[in-house]
Amino acid sequence: MTGTFVGMPAFPAAARDALDNAQLRANLDHATSTIRAKRAAVVGELEQWEALRIAGAAIKDDVLLRLDDHLLTLESALQDAGAVVHWARDAAEACRIVAEVARAHEADEVVKVKSMVTQEIGLNEALAAEGIAAWETDLAELIVQLGDDLPSHILVPAIHRNRSEVREIFLREMPDAPPGLTDDPARLAEAARMHLREKFLRAKVAVSGANFAVAETGTLVVVESEGNGRMCLTLPDVLVSVVGIEKVVPSWRDLEVFLQLLPRSSTGERMNPYTSTWSGVTAGDGPQEVHVVLLDNGRTRALADEIGRQALRCIRCSACLNACPVYERVGGHAYGSVYPGPIGAILNPLLRGVGSSDQVDSLPYASTLCGACYEVCPVLIDIPSVLVNLRAQVVDAHRSGLPKAEAVAMKTARATLSSSWRLALAERFTRIGLGAARRFGASAWTRSRDLPEAPQESFRKWWRRTGGRP
Amino acid sequence: MSARADIIGDVRRALAGAPPAPVIERNYLAPSTASTGEVIERFIERVADYQAVVERCDANEVAKRIARAIPQEGAVVVPAGLSWQVPGAVEDTGLSARELDAVHAVVTAATAGIAETGTILLQHGEAEGRRALSLVPDLHVCVIREDQIFAGVPEVMSQLDPRRPTTWISGPSATSDIELIRVEGVHGPRTLHVIVVGT
Amino acid sequence: MDDFDVRGLVQPMRVALQVTCINDALYPDTGRNVVRLLRRLGVDVEFPAAQTCCGQPMVNTGYINEAVPVLRTFVDAFAGYDAVVTPSGSCAGSVRHQHAIVSARAGDPLLAERSADLAPRVFELSEFIVDVLGVIDVGAWFPHTVAYHPTCHSLRMLGVGDRPTKLLEAVEGLTLLPLSEAEECCGFGGTFAVKNAGTSVAIGEDKVRNVLATGADVLVAGDRSCLTHIGGLLDRQRSGVRVMHLADVLAQTRPPGGGRR
Repeated sequence: MTGTFVGMPAFPAAARDALDNAQLRANLDHATSTIRAKRAAVVGELEQWEALRIAGAAIKDDVLLRLDDHLLTLESALQDAGAVVHWARDAAEACRIVAEVARAHEADEVVKVKSMVTQEIGLNEALAAEGIAAWETDLAELIVQLGDDLPSHILVPAIHRNRSEVREIFLREMPDAPPGLTDDPARLAEAARMHLREKFLRAKVAVSGANFAVAETGTLVVVESEGNGRMCLTLPDVLVSVVGIEKVVPSWRDLEVFLQLLPRSSTGERMNPYTSTWSGVTAGDGPQEVHVVLLDNGRTRALADEIGRQALRCIRCSACLNACPVYERVGGHAYGSVYPGPIGAILNPLLRGVGSSDQVDSLPYASTLCGACYEVCPVLIDIPSVLVNLRAQVVDAHRSGLPKAEAVAMKTARATLSSSWRLALAERFTRIGLGAARRFGASAWTRSRDLPEAPQESFRKWWRRTGGRP
Repeated sequence: MSARADIIGDVRRALAGAPPAPVIERNYLAPSTASTGEVIERFIERVADYQAVVERCDANEVAKRIARAIPQEGAVVVPAGLSWQVPGAVEDTGLSARELDAVHAVVTAATAGIAETGTILLQHGEAEGRRALSLVPDLHVCVIREDQIFAGVPEVMSQLDPRRPTTWISGPSATSDIELIRVEGVHGPRTLHVIVVGT
Repeated sequence: MDDFDVRGLVQPMRVALQVTCINDALYPDTGRNVVRLLRRLGVDVEFPAAQTCCGQPMVNTGYINEAVPVLRTFVDAFAGYDAVVTPSGSCAGSVRHQHAIVSARAGDPLLAERSADLAPRVFELSEFIVDVLGVIDVGAWFPHTVAYHPTCHSLRMLGVGDRPTKLLEAVEGLTLLPLSEAEECCGFGGTFAVKNAGTSVAIGEDKVRNVLATGADVLVAGDRSCLTHIGGLLDRQRSGVRVMHLADVLAQTRPPGGGRR
């Protein structure tokens, strides 16, 4: 898969399929409400939460607004620490770099830490094409990979699967699955442990992303739960980390902000079980050959969008997914990307460009603009405002060519609403609200909802008649 | 043009006319009012919250507590610089990953601890051992002195050397990937046993 | 606006009603109830006839250019007033948060200045009553069980907090019942309701389920647009639950002779 899942329909059509899947909706409801409650509890513990959010946003804005300086600082700190730094303009370039490193060590397999960016660039598929197997080692990613499936949540990618489905996938696709495997989550996790242990012990090359990259010290950070990350970052001889250029934080100290914001927003824990930090190569400990690939792949395009650039503050916590009424009903697949939910609805158009496809252009409309995402975002990304701005870009991208019914309606509305006498006229003849609803497709409204009765006279007419004195 | 030059150039073009970077206000730094005793208590309570085993003892009791924490049978490994004697343990002399996989338990010291989050930190020096050591065996016994425990995350940052590898450990390895049901113990040690030593 | 007290002014404050386009065309009774309520509270509210719409329907659909002349009309209609009251959290939110975006897009500094000057004087109804008039008990009488849905823009864009529920709790005879998951969106979302109708209805059905679980006779909210959506679902289900705007409830008074409890 690449940044956007190949061949995905636009959001409304994909959402319809998801809405029809009762099991999916039950899983999503359970998952999102559980994590929401856990998050609220641990966020409520910290009096300084709002101050942390403000600091987190400011640090990330500093990163973005001085990104060139920070990247060059990071590069030299990494090199001083013994890492080899590569730069990749796009997905293909990044995949090629990783494949070359693996080939240089004659590796026909790599073990992988769960990483959004390697999914974004379609690394597994690219490596497979080179004859290199990429083993996902996070339990949820393993379920998705073995099931030949697509991830549907940033934090818990297999959230759309229940335990019996996981058991079936393991029995079918895992050659060393215990024959009497039950659907008890503890037994399923143990089966994954045994299945992957051999791969960890023999792996020569590991691939990771990074949650943060400290410019000043050349330190990379991976935040995880299962220990598969530590295995990949520690046991193999060679480590390649693919890092989006927006992952920089200026100084070591800045981690004190993000290591408080991220776990509480993401899993709803005070701290995730394991966080690993490392700077290049450490003699006698861990991989002795360390590569870092700094990836653009649309990030500089997003950076150029004055309102949209705040999306690059994102630390991939997925709190916005769990808070979103739309995500809760339709799940991640409907967004057609590894980045689903509210953040996906802005990040995909920003990275790929408005106008690049109907699918991408449908995403800014996949929101009620209720603002719940903004309320929980640990780095204060004003997702509703970015959505509205992207909608304007979508409209502008389609201004040439045949106008849609909607554009005609909006032009009519502009004329009508620019003067009160035209509005009064319109009310007399068309009763603008109902008229607009019908123009947009009254059936979409009335399939499940009644329309209100039109009143005898408009408010404005009543006021003119009575002067507001009943 | 190299990819590096292209990307840096694109960044600069994207930022043409952008506002200056903001001032970073660190108003989250609230001085802790908790006493040392309260900080230790909170650390113990929060480590236990993660389903880790946690106990507290005096310095002269550590060896005994370690001996009780490690299994009767099965191999135990310790880093070369560990201050306490662990009966029957082998010292890490660069065991391979496969050799470590045959070891049941590891005993290490810690670099620091965070009470707010119930976290222990290892910077993998002589007494904590290299990273693989506290990862592959299934039981990790970690000894931390009370004076190594700090109230919150900001307090601990200046205690750490960013150039050394660091592992932040908050309870045993865990997953909630199937129906969000928490399962302790996946790839990292399935049991974490923390011994807090009075000073 | 702490020092903004109508009763302390020698010259009475000039207050305009921004009735909103949806109330004007579809729910004139809500507009009439705002007038009735404010007059009862001593505010001689005016209706500037030049007004049309705040422009939000266009902005939220992406037609910001089309919203520019609508914004001009808005500013022209209300510029001379000390305060503008609107029975909609969404429209007030649009004025305070979107008008700057629209005027920036128009590239018209004068329009930007005029709209920035006007925006802080635009109040959602409950804000106006509680903050500007300093009133909690509006002297209303409404002997029914009520559930209150805090619409997203009132709640999150404006931050009206507990002002509406304080006003409702002070209504004689009214029993306010707790609505679970009250702060969840109803699924309306403007054009979302038709562009993504299935998802909109799925979200709304959960809201309706929570409303019905309260056993209330009436669902109250501060936005007619959300109520059109929720009410449309309730009516389709023949639920018997009525939807009413906050103003419709607060305008009710005990009929002469006492009425029944």
